[in-house]
Amino acid sequence: MTADQSHEHEHVSALSGEEAPPPPPIAPAEPGTFKKAMRQKRFTVGLGITLLLVAFVIFAPYLAPYGENEVAGPPYNKAAGVFGTDYLGQDVLSRVMHGGGEILLIALLGTLVGMVLGIAIGVVAAYGGGWWDEVLMRLNDVILSFPQILLALVVLTALQKPSAWILIVLVGVSHAPRVARLARGVALGIVSRDFVIAAEALGEKRSRVILAEVLPNMNAPLLAEAGLRLTYSIGLVGALGFLGFSADPGAANWGQMIQENRLGLATQPWAVLAPVIIIAIFAIGTNLMADGIAQVAQRGDN
Amino acid sequence: MTATSDAPVEKVGVPKGGLVVEDLSVMLTGKDIDVVNDIDLVLKPGEVVGLVGESGSGKTTVGTSLLNYSRAGAYIGSGRVLLEGRDILSMKWQEVRQVRGEEIAYVPQDPASALNPAIRIGKQIVELLELRGIGTKESRLQGARDGLAEVGLPNDDEFLSRYAHQLSGGQVQRVALAMAFLPKPKVLVLDEPTTGLDVTTQAMVLDTMAQLCRTHGVSALYVTHDLAVVANIADRVAVMYAGQIAELGPKEAIFRAPSHPYTRALLDSIPHLSQARALTGIPGRTPAPGARPSGCRFNDRCAYAIDACRKDVPELREVAPDHQVRCIRAGEIGTWDISRGVVPDADPDRKRDIILSIENLNIFYGRKHVVHDVSFDLAKAEVIALVGESGSGKTTISRSVGGLHKDWTGTITFDGDVLAKSARQRDATNRKRLQYIFQNPYLSLNPRLTIEQIVKRPMELFGIASGKEATDRVVELLDQVALGPRMLKYQASRLSGGERQRVAIARALAAEPDVLICDEITSALDVSVQGSIVALLEGLRKQRGISMLFVTHNLALVRSIGSGVQILKAGRVVESGPVVTVMETPKEEYTRNLLSKSPRID
Repeated sequence: MTADQSHEHEHVSALSGEEAPPPPPIAPAEPGTFKKAMRQKRFTVGLGITLLLVAFVIFAPYLAPYGENEVAGPPYNKAAGVFGTDYLGQDVLSRVMHGGGEILLIALLGTLVGMVLGIAIGVVAAYGGGWWDEVLMRLNDVILSFPQILLALVVLTALQKPSAWILIVLVGVSHAPRVARLARGVALGIVSRDFVIAAEALGEKRSRVILAEVLPNMNAPLLAEAGLRLTYSIGLVGALGFLGFSADPGAANWGQMIQENRLGLATQPWAVLAPVIIIAIFAIGTNLMADGIAQVAQRGDN
Repeated sequence: MTATSDAPVEKVGVPKGGLVVEDLSVMLTGKDIDVVNDIDLVLKPGEVVGLVGESGSGKTTVGTSLLNYSRAGAYIGSGRVLLEGRDILSMKWQEVRQVRGEEIAYVPQDPASALNPAIRIGKQIVELLELRGIGTKESRLQGARDGLAEVGLPNDDEFLSRYAHQLSGGQVQRVALAMAFLPKPKVLVLDEPTTGLDVTTQAMVLDTMAQLCRTHGVSALYVTHDLAVVANIADRVAVMYAGQIAELGPKEAIFRAPSHPYTRALLDSIPHLSQARALTGIPGRTPAPGARPSGCRFNDRCAYAIDACRKDVPELREVAPDHQVRCIRAGEIGTWDISRGVVPDADPDRKRDIILSIENLNIFYGRKHVVHDVSFDLAKAEVIALVGESGSGKTTISRSVGGLHKDWTGTITFDGDVLAKSARQRDATNRKRLQYIFQNPYLSLNPRLTIEQIVKRPMELFGIASGKEATDRVVELLDQVALGPRMLKYQASRLSGGERQRVAIARALAAEPDVLICDEITSALDVSVQGSIVALLEGLRKQRGISMLFVTHNLALVRSIGSGVQILKAGRVVESGPVVTVMETPKEEYTRNLLSKSPRID
């Protein structure tokens, strides 16, 4: 703001002033969703529980005292091993240690499939608007009207022997419409913002507008949703196991263990309780994580 | 007022009814950082004091402190607010509740959010009277009617049974004024009550307010960022900067003989209706609490700063009767000359080389016909301003020209090519040569991308440059818009509003356009930032020969930047022509009305 700064200046850069003000302090960088979530106690606790359980599922089979189908003593024996034996005389602790792999894998991949599918539907519906929105979301409502487990059961009963892939796709497809609804809601608030319109005015490809402009601004609520969906997936896969639908009926599976041993609940409760508790801990861990992210997302980070 | 004495009540010249603020400071909770400090202010009865400052100056904080209120995260650290000798800051909360509304009333910036949307207007006012124990059950409804009549609103049953959303912005604001005045307060705090209103509505609200203050002998603190409004209604003006009062004095003194460099810089950055001014901004940005420089808080942006300015915080000192300045060099820096920034108006008879012409433009929103038969053209290196009140269709026109709204008929010809309706249907050359800059820089930049990515994108898209070469050009462009290369890796969320708008301009320039469409691009920014943005655009126009379609509601700004103007009303052009002609000799009643209602400084 010196007197010599008049309109005569042809050089635009001169507007910054000859006196060159000291660089103003810049606000500290906005930390990412993950960093902000790490400051949340419930998120760190949830993350800790989840990571511990994942490590347990991966490494426990190598440390198990007995093999997956090894007979350790008479059936429903409380005395043998830490948690006793199950209906076939297999060691419950070893079964629990072996039985997480399938649940974890199907739950994780199923959630991933459901998220990708759901986000794709939701964002395209929000960005496309008009007919796209109507058609996609009404089809979505059709799938949404089936309870998750029923949808899976309808397909599974028609198949002789479900493979792990079928289970993953089923879990994913049953999640997708729920994710799509949320994704559409979040995306609707973003596609009308000026920076998306600015990209449109430049003539960016639609796919690029979605990938580069819209999606990066949705990550906090979507992460929270992913955590929540993972919780549901664990429950769903466990329930399917309980109902007898698992990729390998002979292999150990937490959900299936509950069903196999429920007749001996009175005599050997551990054979049921052990898998129940571990599924519960897993679900609580992922749920805490989702909660933590949701709180960060809610506070708004723009 | 001159010093913080210990016997404030007996101070001479403070008659009954006024308000005295002494040594007020507001601190951030948990930190030893002040938001505002050392505020001394006197409101005499019937007097309107304008408290002016840019965003971040602490003006609203001072305003609410008069009601013993501070926002979450801050607390009133010291000071006294004396109402007839009683200190509001040391009252018990029950007393404060009683004083608020009854003796000191507050009118918020957005009255629509202060009125309950589910309760009818009449009932709301009656409830207020009930709460304050005014009148009897029978007389209260009549009281509500009287209150509404006083602010010039209808007071029949139909109006009383309306909900807040059924009123216009100006009406809501006047209801809020009526409610503030009904308990007959002694002091009124108004926090930017006319921001977001049209000039005609604003003029009406201001008139109402001024009249009520005069008839009831109410003293008012009018908090605003708009110097022009203050020039119209205030008796005295306090200019705030970075949490302190920089200058305080009678209106005439502040506007004729400003003594603080900041006040002068502010006045240099505002446009006038009566003359074209070359606007200048203030370099740098307003420091946030905790980041303020030592010594005089303005020293890092001040053109007159000397070493002594960095050492001690200057005291407010008297330069003329009733006129105080917080600057140690106040006497030494010469007098301020309003006409220094005056430039000749754009020559109306200049030869024009048409680049963009709009013919018979009709625009629709669904079945609604919002713009009727608008035709005008834009020449090379020329700025045409589209002016009108909200709802006049000015932004709609600019969006249609920019290809962001496609429901229109008519012909838009751009350098020989007839433009398609939407940006997507236009070919890359036309998209590149016609760039749009949005009103709100907080919304128009993707918060997840870095400045480099944002500015580089148009170059990659239009094949102008890529890779290292593009990065070099980004640095060059940032330099042109007065931003340093260190911004490259920052995300937009870390920049201030003015810096963001510069980035948005740099992005538009990256495409090497021939025409810029500027949609109210300074309305979300502080005046000092507006000044520098206008100076920047003017430089670009001269240097690169860029033409601009400049949408604004601010007529004074048009005088500074435009060469031609189109006055719009309800989707039709009511008057058009060279800026000088239209503003000096308006032919239409509507234009004359707009001009007379616009707040003016001169």
